[in-house]
Amino acid sequence: MKNISKSIDKVDAHEKIAGETAYISDIKREDMVYAMTLRSPVASGTIRNITLPTLPEGYAAVGPEDIPGRNLVTMIYEDWPVFPEKRVNYIGEPLMLLLGPDKERLASLLDAVEVDIEEDTPVLDYSHSGVHLHYEKGDSDKAFADADRIIEETYTTGYQEQAYIEPQGFVGYIEDETYTVIGSIQCPYYVHEAVKVTLDETDENVRVLQAPVGGAFGGKEEFPSVMATQLAVALKKIKRPIKMIYEREEDMVSTTKRHPSKTTIRAAVKDGRITGMTSHIGIDGGAYIGLSEVVLSRGMLAATNAYTIEHLDVDGDVYLTNTVPNGAFRGFGAPQMIYAIEMFMHHAAKELGEDPFSFRKAHMVKQGDWTSTGGKFRDPILLDEMIEKAADISDYHKKRKAYEDENVYKGIGMSWFFHGCGFTGSGEQHIIKSRVEVEKDAQDTVYIHVAAVDMGQGPKTTLRKIVADVLDLPIERVIFDYPDTHRVPDSGPTVASRTAMIVGGLLARAAKTLKETWREGEAQKVEKRYQQPDYVEWDGECMKGDAYPAYSWGVNVVEVEVDKHTYEIDVKDVYSVYDLGKAIDERIVLGQADGGQAQGVAYGYLEVMSRENGRLKQTNMTDYIIPTAMDMPKTDNHLIDNPYPYGPYGAKGGGELTLVGGAPAVAQAIEQAVGRRVRDIPATPEYLMELIHNG
Amino acid sequence: MAEVTFTLNGEEVTVDKPLNMRFLDVLRTTLDLTGAKEGCGEGECGACAVLLDGRIVDTCILPLASVAGRDIVTIEGYRTTERFQVLQNAFVKEGAVQCGICIPGMIIAAESLLSENPDPSDDAIRTALSGNLCRCTGYNMIIAAIRRAAKEGEGLW
Repeated sequence: MKNISKSIDKVDAHEKIAGETAYISDIKREDMVYAMTLRSPVASGTIRNITLPTLPEGYAAVGPEDIPGRNLVTMIYEDWPVFPEKRVNYIGEPLMLLLGPDKERLASLLDAVEVDIEEDTPVLDYSHSGVHLHYEKGDSDKAFADADRIIEETYTTGYQEQAYIEPQGFVGYIEDETYTVIGSIQCPYYVHEAVKVTLDETDENVRVLQAPVGGAFGGKEEFPSVMATQLAVALKKIKRPIKMIYEREEDMVSTTKRHPSKTTIRAAVKDGRITGMTSHIGIDGGAYIGLSEVVLSRGMLAATNAYTIEHLDVDGDVYLTNTVPNGAFRGFGAPQMIYAIEMFMHHAAKELGEDPFSFRKAHMVKQGDWTSTGGKFRDPILLDEMIEKAADISDYHKKRKAYEDENVYKGIGMSWFFHGCGFTGSGEQHIIKSRVEVEKDAQDTVYIHVAAVDMGQGPKTTLRKIVADVLDLPIERVIFDYPDTHRVPDSGPTVASRTAMIVGGLLARAAKTLKETWREGEAQKVEKRYQQPDYVEWDGECMKGDAYPAYSWGVNVVEVEVDKHTYEIDVKDVYSVYDLGKAIDERIVLGQADGGQAQGVAYGYLEVMSRENGRLKQTNMTDYIIPTAMDMPKTDNHLIDNPYPYGPYGAKGGGELTLVGGAPAVAQAIEQAVGRRVRDIPATPEYLMELIHNG
Repeated sequence: MAEVTFTLNGEEVTVDKPLNMRFLDVLRTTLDLTGAKEGCGEGECGACAVLLDGRIVDTCILPLASVAGRDIVTIEGYRTTERFQVLQNAFVKEGAVQCGICIPGMIIAAESLLSENPDPSDDAIRTALSGNLCRCTGYNMIIAAIRRAAKEGEGLW
């Protein structure tokens, strides 16, 4: 068999480079009107009255009273209204849509709406828990009672904005009495379900199509359902094609972001080793819970990262605040927790007067160990080899020693970490129930039917590559169109680093069956449904057992130089080693590595989003700073094969893995450069100044 | 409203629109050329870039009046050139394209750079791309693509 990892040209690259790909904002319909959103100017209050100006012919307003079904954006937790009826809960909350043919006229009509809201005091701190989760392993009380030392630290992380370059958008129309929406989305069937519930329509009468997605990173996981339900309500009322594209500022003010967090970790130490740990992670959910419970859960499941701690007690809360709801962003709760635990292990070693590298390695997880939830790490763990490789290519140990000199404002940091692949616990089996189809026509052309979305991470190429390879066909003979819920089964959302492993795995199985039953010149179709590996046992209620069927692993090394006078941080180099089983396409995975690290490292030192009285202070690309080509250093990324028996060709998850270790690695490097403990990220020059001046 | 005449992709064009209309809207709405994208609307991200007299410019902050008598090349015009073919191939081979929304702007930035400096250093490439944001790639594969294009297209620029 040829090596599947050998890279091929991405199938959609040529047209994207030529500017020929039609993204959502490039799509037009005959007789189309535009939609603009009226938004709440206050963080908390009760609507008394909304007075509209006289609307000219061809213009319309759509609000909560127009919703035929439930006034609810269907996602995991049911608390997010399509349009609020009385209470408004955050600045920027959508109150109604105005629709009409001319955008400028719409904008002036929007300005003329009078919104009368009785304002009250918003909740802006971590005081109102909306979700509390807990799990434990062993007997942490006893570990603390027996401890000869207890160490406690608290870490905070800030917002992070996905900052996809293409803002959110949809086009909707009614065709054959079917409510059809095309959008820049990750999860066609999430949108399908949400629209169906809000319109009170049948499955067949709602159709969702994916447009080419100009970046998503989780930001187009659940949020598009908010927009799509509003658009669908408007479609039902005005029965004309509608285009709704957010401008950048509107997008940043009103869409989901990475949850700010606060994590406290306490460790019981006996004879120089951590025997027990209690952790509490609090995340800021914003005004509605939405996906936050699942984000919290993934964060908590990473409580001990790649360390084995025998006795463990982990609590977490989603706090409700009168701010824009937070949600999915690549890593999904893990970046916050992995940052905290990596820094904690580093700091605990320093407290104990031990070398952090050796101390951390002494606690590192090994194959056969129990996971934080008492599941088992069944598959080989190659971290030792990976750490050695990362140390070698970065010259870590020599630099670490050299940079200890306090006159040198340089630092080097190393993180190691895992990422659980796919949905948590039995989610794939009981919630997603993924289905795929591989079909061939009488000309023996093969079609992939899945709802997986290419948002840049490459499944248009990799899924075709898998099917073509199994069938031993040239890739041109395997077609994979943009998903359309009228044509493809629900293979699940494009999230949780699950596409290659789960959807790709099902497609490989379907292709194998097709190959075995292949009848030349005949139309055939094969369907496969997800079946959980037998070994997975998960008790969701108690958070006990195997939280994930498989784990990917990574090591990041980051080197920085900090300006002695301005404390400006210059990231010099990034090195990494990843085990994601087997790359389906090496160059695509290395692209994920480069991009994920850019986001993960920038999360640690560069990207600042803050708020004052419930209002975000950074609302556009001018003041929310993401890395430019001048900020990002060169990288040296390596992949190591460790095939997973249940993944296609051994593939596990990769997309999120590349982000989660960036922040602790850069924070450790900064900590060494300035000689002060870093606890809060982003570790900006202003923060470093405070650390240095306060001793 | 006022008539403004300029050269667009090699042909003279006259549009009758308000002088302060964003040139990005003239391209996308009036002329139906959608290769330039709107990413931020305030001249930060470069997704809307075109060549104005051979130099990169963000059209979301460029009023129509500013293009009177000037030479504009958009991705739609540029993609017919041999230089584009070299850049396109280099971007494909280096894996420089993920979601792709920033890429037409990156191609414009590359042309603007290479036409001034056909053999740029990595630092020069980084500087030339610093007005074009990409959230997917971390830039290294784009930089490698421009380096490759400079080499493979030697003599074209």
